[in-house]
Amino acid sequence: MAATRALVRGVRLGSYSIGRSRSLIFNSVQRRGIAACVDPSIGLTDEQKEFQKVAFDFAANEMAPHMAEWDQKEMFPVEAMRKAAQLGFGGIYVNPDVGGSGLSRLDTSIIFEALSTGCVSTTAYISIHNMCAWMIDTFGNNEQREKFCPDLCSMQKFASYCLTEPGSGSDAASLLTSAKLQGDHYILNGTKAFISGGGDTDVYVVMCRTGGKGPKGISCLVVEKGTPGLSFGKKEKKVMNIFGIRVLFRTGTPWSAIFLKDRNFSTGVNASSFVPTASCSLGAAHASVLLARDHMCVRKQFGETLSNSQFLQFKLAEMATKLVASRLLVRQAAVALQEGRPDAVSLCSMAKLFVTDECFSICNQALQIHGGYGYLKDYAVQQYVRDIRVHQILEGTNEVMRMIIARSLLTES
Amino acid sequence: MSARVLVGVKRVIDYAVKIRVKPDHTGVVTDGVKHSMNPFCEIAVEEAVKLKEKKLVKEVVAVSCGPQQVQETIRTALAMGADRGIHVEVSGKDYETLGPLQVSKILAALAKKEQADLIILGKQAIDDDCNQTGQMTAALLDWPQGTFASEVNIEADKLKVVREVDGGLETIKIKLPAVVTADLRLNTPRYATLPNIMKAKKKKIANVKPADLGVDVSSRLEVLKVDEPPQRQGGVKVETVNDLVRKLKEAGRI
Repeated sequence: MAATRALVRGVRLGSYSIGRSRSLIFNSVQRRGIAACVDPSIGLTDEQKEFQKVAFDFAANEMAPHMAEWDQKEMFPVEAMRKAAQLGFGGIYVNPDVGGSGLSRLDTSIIFEALSTGCVSTTAYISIHNMCAWMIDTFGNNEQREKFCPDLCSMQKFASYCLTEPGSGSDAASLLTSAKLQGDHYILNGTKAFISGGGDTDVYVVMCRTGGKGPKGISCLVVEKGTPGLSFGKKEKKVMNIFGIRVLFRTGTPWSAIFLKDRNFSTGVNASSFVPTASCSLGAAHASVLLARDHMCVRKQFGETLSNSQFLQFKLAEMATKLVASRLLVRQAAVALQEGRPDAVSLCSMAKLFVTDECFSICNQALQIHGGYGYLKDYAVQQYVRDIRVHQILEGTNEVMRMIIARSLLTES
Repeated sequence: MSARVLVGVKRVIDYAVKIRVKPDHTGVVTDGVKHSMNPFCEIAVEEAVKLKEKKLVKEVVAVSCGPQQVQETIRTALAMGADRGIHVEVSGKDYETLGPLQVSKILAALAKKEQADLIILGKQAIDDDCNQTGQMTAALLDWPQGTFASEVNIEADKLKVVREVDGGLETIKIKLPAVVTADLRLNTPRYATLPNIMKAKKKKIANVKPADLGVDVSSRLEVLKVDEPPQRQGGVKVETVNDLVRKLKEAGRI
């Protein structure tokens, strides 16, 4: 576990100073929960604390040391993710009878938050993979569940979620990719854009049009890589890794079909992904607060450490407050989702909106506190900033979140 | 083999926490501070679970002494693969003064009660660095001991232990039942998996009091004062080797 590995590393490290090696920088992120007021284990059950501990240990040992390399080389870290799957992170809220861990949405949020401190981009992908596995588990028939879920839960196979198209982002319900039934199979035609893991993954969960216009005409098909007609565009050059590429569907042979019953397609987005996305942002913000705090205790200017500057003390306090507020909102939204409460969708939208915005601001502020060093790739804080910037956009832009919330308010009156 | 292994686990302040001395200098601050399982105890648990997986032992029992909170530590051991736990309730002043002598008496009594064939402990705890409990337990039971183990193998009714000693590596063969203390390189502890954490919830933790085992936990030691290590002073640069020798002689170092 983390303790013994880090013990070996800790014993070898020398004194703490600016400009030192990356391993030291990540070491400080491993000091999980030392600042009591932002301790992410507050209020959790003993079991949840255990889940969280495993996730933090895994993030510190298996992800954080490679975070920068994965980003720089634009890697899809198959091995590390498979190790995560061995611990049960491949299908966290999928039913155990098909290989999942059968945990709750709150447990899942806690786990993603912890994993995110190790690498935001990889954790964001893992959360999408989990959602795909869950969709097949929940809406598929037994044959489909048994065919896909065990491999997805073990990450023997990886999954991608395909909704967005070049012409339909926020207006997801206007998607054009069509699926026409011909005999016993579907002919799929269209292009998807910004698909996380696209090209590297094996199973594609595709939202396509089988009926008329608008959300009611949309169904969900599962397509496997290697199916004739399925091809991939080139990898986009983007600010953050694993964001996605284009996936193209041209005519076809048998595709498994899973029909989604009425699933919030009034907004064309899947509220199921709001909490995981927000959870990933939380992890980055948590790590950034600790990094900023540690930097302030070491960096000296004007004859004293930055931690003596009242302005920076107040800034840090604000960051910590926003972090804890965000965490509480996400966890509440997760509980609402798992209880199937009527306010679940709007609460999850509020959580996604608030948390992704606030956490980006926290990470950005942490970078500012690092001064010039914050801008160097040797320091992790800039990667957190870059990696979570996209959370304000993907899985439903924060503008779409506002649409959902406004609609919920105005429909009642 | 129908062997039963007893593994001692200690709840200590997390290795990554910055330790602070209490203002009254009677100890270190533990309230509100993050605690976790002693790293060497993790290695001990891992070794026991490995032996069970190799079918060389039948049951792994995790033991911890302390207040209610140590049950967290026992649960971590259960999540790693231990079969059941024993919580020896010691709290308040008794817990503050609990040391290797009392713990080894408790472990010896438990070993007899549970009919254990092997006791695996961490070589030392990272809070007091005593490195005594394993040795004392073996002495009380009159069992052989293999301390600072970097490798353990069961061969028939004997244990082959490779020990890390100052001179290098020493290999010994000891008869079972025995006490082994785990050193850093014995193994790399596994992550608990999510399914194992959930299974651990169903595993039993028995509650026992030291008095039930006939052990008196009062301490023979009294802690007078706890201080931080002295601040490192600056050194002095000298010009020649003769100056260096003279200064060392003046300081009484040679």
